[in-house]
Amino acid sequence: MNEPLLAVERLTVIYPGRAQPALADVSFSVREGELVSLVGPSGSGKTTLLRCVAGLRPPSAGAVRLAGRVIDDVPPDLAMVFQDYGRSLFPWLSVHHNVELPLRRLRLPAAERRDRVTAALSEVGLADAARQYPWQLSGGMQQRVAIARAIAYRARLLLMDEPFASVDAQTRADLQDTALEVWRAHGSTILFVTHDIDEAIYLADRVIVLSPPPGTVRAAIAVDLPRPRDQIETRGLPRFAELRTEVARLIRRA
Amino acid sequence: MTAGARRHPRRTDADQGTWTGVALRLAAVAALVAAWQVGTLLAADPVFWPTAEVIAVRLWEMWIANPTAWVEDGMPSLARLLGGWLAAALAGVAIGTAVGLLPWLSHVLEPVMAFLRSIPPPALLPPFIVLLGIGDGMKVALILFGAVWPVVLNAADGVANVDPTTRDAARAFRLSIADILTRVVLPAAAPRILAGLRVSLSIAVILMVISELYAATDGIGFRLVQAQRGFRTVDVWATVVLLGLIGYALNGLLAVLEARLLRGQRARTGGTR
Repeated sequence: MNEPLLAVERLTVIYPGRAQPALADVSFSVREGELVSLVGPSGSGKTTLLRCVAGLRPPSAGAVRLAGRVIDDVPPDLAMVFQDYGRSLFPWLSVHHNVELPLRRLRLPAAERRDRVTAALSEVGLADAARQYPWQLSGGMQQRVAIARAIAYRARLLLMDEPFASVDAQTRADLQDTALEVWRAHGSTILFVTHDIDEAIYLADRVIVLSPPPGTVRAAIAVDLPRPRDQIETRGLPRFAELRTEVARLIRRA
Repeated sequence: MTAGARRHPRRTDADQGTWTGVALRLAAVAALVAAWQVGTLLAADPVFWPTAEVIAVRLWEMWIANPTAWVEDGMPSLARLLGGWLAAALAGVAIGTAVGLLPWLSHVLEPVMAFLRSIPPPALLPPFIVLLGIGDGMKVALILFGAVWPVVLNAADGVANVDPTTRDAARAFRLSIADILTRVVLPAAAPRILAGLRVSLSIAVILMVISELYAATDGIGFRLVQAQRGFRTVDVWATVVLLGLIGYALNGLLAVLEARLLRGQRARTGGTR
């Protein structure tokens, strides 16, 4: 396939009443099966960019294409994991029903819906938590529920918006490996937004660096680290340190 | 972020369950009864100021242990009250949800609703009697009209203020309109809706009594006026106490329902805000 799965073309977003655009002329693409990280300082429009890709916000100029089609509404082929699991999961639904809810629109038979939910939950290590409610789980477990919801939905493109920013360091490392495992097992395509440079490099095939506002693409860096990645081995490689320095310099150079 | 949560910011389950807590609450009740008892004994005027004991006995004979009174007056009153309140709840949630979801509708209806809810409901009793007669329909309509506004306003506010991330999640996963309404928007607005229902229940009790004071042939309010006209002061006081107890009991039932429905949201609010 020559055409990229996701193409962001000269995307510009201007919030009404603000002189400076949130995003200015952002272009990049993501190939099918690729895991791309998007890093940038706070205020560089990362979340705005992701909301445009998800079809939740129309661009002021430019376009986003998913599999060739311009996104003008939320496309069916896309799932999203939000930073704030406390608000993106529905506290009044059990874990099982949280994961199942998006499947109802797909008109799957009840048995298949149940199977998908069970499989997705055991994939993230929460097979036993199906009957619990999100608020009874730890933050890391809640974010696993959100990942299971995205897995069960079986979208071609998975958008993750700083998903591990509000959990502790150990949980964050575990969740990063869970994300890598899901990516490998399903051959999915992931666009992963983060402000954590190490996380961006550890996960990705390519790191796209956004500039301070107005956000533009400063560079796209190929991550030539071997896979499978390992929290200790990979992060200990000299090349990892070099990449980290490179990305950090790009971000700091304002 | 609910009215209930704000009202008791520091009260926890532990506080309510302790023996001292229970004992203090019972002591406050006992103090009220004792104050009345002492005051009326000092007044020594059994016709206008009967003692607590006399009122309690009369309450027992006249209402609690009197099935006929329940069938002839209690049930009609409760049926009007619950009928009007449930109608107000349904209409209020429906209108409030529409207004909360559609900013243009809220903009258009704002002055109309502000005017309608400014009318003191008892003032509508004369026109309602003229238009609807003096039957149950008129009484239910009066309760509905008076009790609907707190539900409308709270539902509209709750629906309009669903968390943006919650809304994004519902949209990103392309939930159907029905699922968005019943599984996301209404549960998210539930704390506000229930707060509205509580206020409207108190209003419904008031309007139930008022509608029975005039142009009625049965009901608790009707008995109250009859007792007053017959100079049966003890009956008047007994009926007043009964109305208080009914309001208290209904509020208690609603509080239990609220606690069950909002388990998760309370836990979440306590945890992260």
